[in-house]
Amino acid sequence: MKTTSYISRQVENLKPSGIRRFFDLAAQMDDVISLGVGEPDFVTPWNFIEQSFHALEQGYTSYTENAGMIELREEISNYLSGSFQLDYDPNEQLVVTVGASQAIDLALRTVVEPGDEVIIVEPSFVAYVPIVSLAGGTPITIQTKAEDDFKLKPEQIEEAITPKTKAIMLCNPNNPTGTFLNKEELQQLAKVIEKHDLLVLSDEIYAELTYDDNYTSFPSIEKMKERTILISGFSKAFAMTGWRLGYAAGPADIIAAMVKIHQYTMMCAPTMAQHAALEAMKNGRQSVQEMTESYKQRRNFIVSSLNEIGLSCPNPGGAFYAFPSIKETGLSSAEFAEQLLQEEQVAVVPGEVFGSGGEGYVRCSYATSIKQLDEAMERMKRFVEKRL
Amino acid sequence: MKEIEVELLKLIEKNANLKVEKIAKLMGKSIDEVSELLRDLEEKKAILGYSTLIDWAKVLDTEEVTAMVDVKVTPARGVGFDKVAERIYRFPEVKAVYLMSGAYDLSVSVKGKTMTEIGKFISEKLSALDSVLSTTTHFVLKRYKHDGIILHDDDDDDKRIVVSP
Ligand SMILES: Cc1ncc(COP(=O)(O)O)c(C=O)c1O
Repeated sequence: MKTTSYISRQVENLKPSGIRRFFDLAAQMDDVISLGVGEPDFVTPWNFIEQSFHALEQGYTSYTENAGMIELREEISNYLSGSFQLDYDPNEQLVVTVGASQAIDLALRTVVEPGDEVIIVEPSFVAYVPIVSLAGGTPITIQTKAEDDFKLKPEQIEEAITPKTKAIMLCNPNNPTGTFLNKEELQQLAKVIEKHDLLVLSDEIYAELTYDDNYTSFPSIEKMKERTILISGFSKAFAMTGWRLGYAAGPADIIAAMVKIHQYTMMCAPTMAQHAALEAMKNGRQSVQEMTESYKQRRNFIVSSLNEIGLSCPNPGGAFYAFPSIKETGLSSAEFAEQLLQEEQVAVVPGEVFGSGGEGYVRCSYATSIKQLDEAMERMKRFVEKRL
Repeated sequence: MKEIEVELLKLIEKNANLKVEKIAKLMGKSIDEVSELLRDLEEKKAILGYSTLIDWAKVLDTEEVTAMVDVKVTPARGVGFDKVAERIYRFPEVKAVYLMSGAYDLSVSVKGKTMTEIGKFISEKLSALDSVLSTTTHFVLKRYKHDGIILHDDDDDDKRIVVSP
C-alpha cells in the first residue's frame, strides 16, 4: 500500500526546513566547529536541575493543571512585572506551554481562520510561516533591509496590509539577525498596528539577551497589551532548551481559548520542567546575568572579527546571532555555507533559510566558547581571503 | 570599582592566559585602554599575580600530597593571631592559611611530596612552635573541585546538535 496519498495535502505541501537539509550535511562531518546552533552553549544552571531532581524524588511525576502549576504562573507573573513592568493575572492571563514553539502554535491556531493573513517579518525564525499555513492562514512576508539594520519600518507594515490582515508576528530581538528594536521604534510600529486594528504576536524569547539598550516589552507600550499575545520561554536566557518550557501571556479570552486547544492536544507542559522553571524564576537572576555578560563579550568579539575578515556585519543588539553579509565573496548564502563547511569545517546557516530577505547573509551563532569562536574566525578568514 | 574593571577582572580570573588583544575585542575596548586598566589594577594590587592551575598528577610520577591541618594556637598579646599566622605562612611548604571561627583557630594547607615529608614538617616545625597548642592533620585523598574548577571533568563535549533553528 502506498501511503503518501494519505498524507494531507497541506502537510505534503509544507516545505522541508532548509535548516534540516543543512543539518544533514553538517552532521556527516567530523571536527566541525558549529556556529549553526540556535541554542545556548551553557548547560542549565545546576540549581534548576537540582530542583527538578528534588521534585522527582518527592514524587511530582503526575500531570499539572492544564495552564501549568499555579505557583509557576504566579512566579512568571511576578517576573514579567519586575523585569518588564507588565501586569498579567496568573489565573487568567498566562499559560505554560511546551516551549515558545507550542505557544506560537497555540496562539496562531486560536486566532487564525481560513483566508486570514498574518504578517511575518523576514528574515525570521523558520517556524512562523509554516505554523501560519498549518493554522489555515496565509503568511504575508515583509523583508526588512540591511540598510535599515534589518529594522522593521512602520511604512512596510502599511504596505502589507489588506482587508484580510488579522495579525502580525513580531520578534524582538530577532532570530536570525539579532536586530533589536528600542522603545521609540516599537512605538512607531504600535501606531500603525492600532490604526489597522491588528492583533500582535510578540515573540520575546530573547528579551533578556540585549546588550546595549534597555528592553521594552511590546505589550508595555500604551494600548498594546489589550491586542498582544506575548510569547516567551525558558530556552534561551535560562539555557533550558531541552526542558521544553515556554509560556504565553495575553487577554484572558484569548488565553482561555488557547488553553482549550492545549488541554486536548498537550494536557500540560512537562511537570519536572515546570519545577526547574520555578527555581529559575525564583533564583535564576544571577545565572542569567552572568550568561548575558558572556554573550555580550562574544558578540563584541565575533562582530569585530567578522568585519576584520571583510564580512561586513552590523552590531546586533540582542539574541546570540551575528548576521554578516557575504555578498563580497560573490557566493550565494547556500554556496558560502556549503563550501565553508566542506573546506574549513565551519557550520553557519545560510540566510536564505530564514526567508528571501536573508539571501546574501549567513547566520553565525556566537553561543560557543571563545576558543571555538577564535578558531572559527581563523578558518573563515582563510576561506574568505581566497575569494575576495 | 568601576564596572569595566570588574568585567576585566572576571575575564582574567577565569583565564589569566587571555591576550590583551582578545580581552580588548571581548570588551569592545581598545588595546591601550585595556593595557592601562591592567596596569592600574596591578598597581592597586587588585591583581596580585597570574598563576596557572595545574594538575600535577598528570605530569609527575608521584602525586603531590596535600594536608589540611587544623591548628589551635594561643594568640599573642597585642597582635592576636596575626603574629603566629605569619610564623606559619612564611614556610614555603604552607600553601594557605586561614583564621577560622569554631573548634580551632588556623586552617593550614600544607603540600609535600610524600606523607612522611608532610608528617615531618608538622611534627618538627609546625607543632614545635611555642604558640601552637595542638594540630589535627587531614590528608586530601582526592581533589574534585579546586578554586571553582572541576578537575577530571573530561565530559565537556558539546552535546548540542550541529545545526538548529
Ligand atoms: C525566535 C524564536 N522563537 C521561538 C523559538 C522556540 O523556542 P522554544 O525552545 O521555547 O520552543 C526559538 C528557538 O530557536 C526562536 O529563535
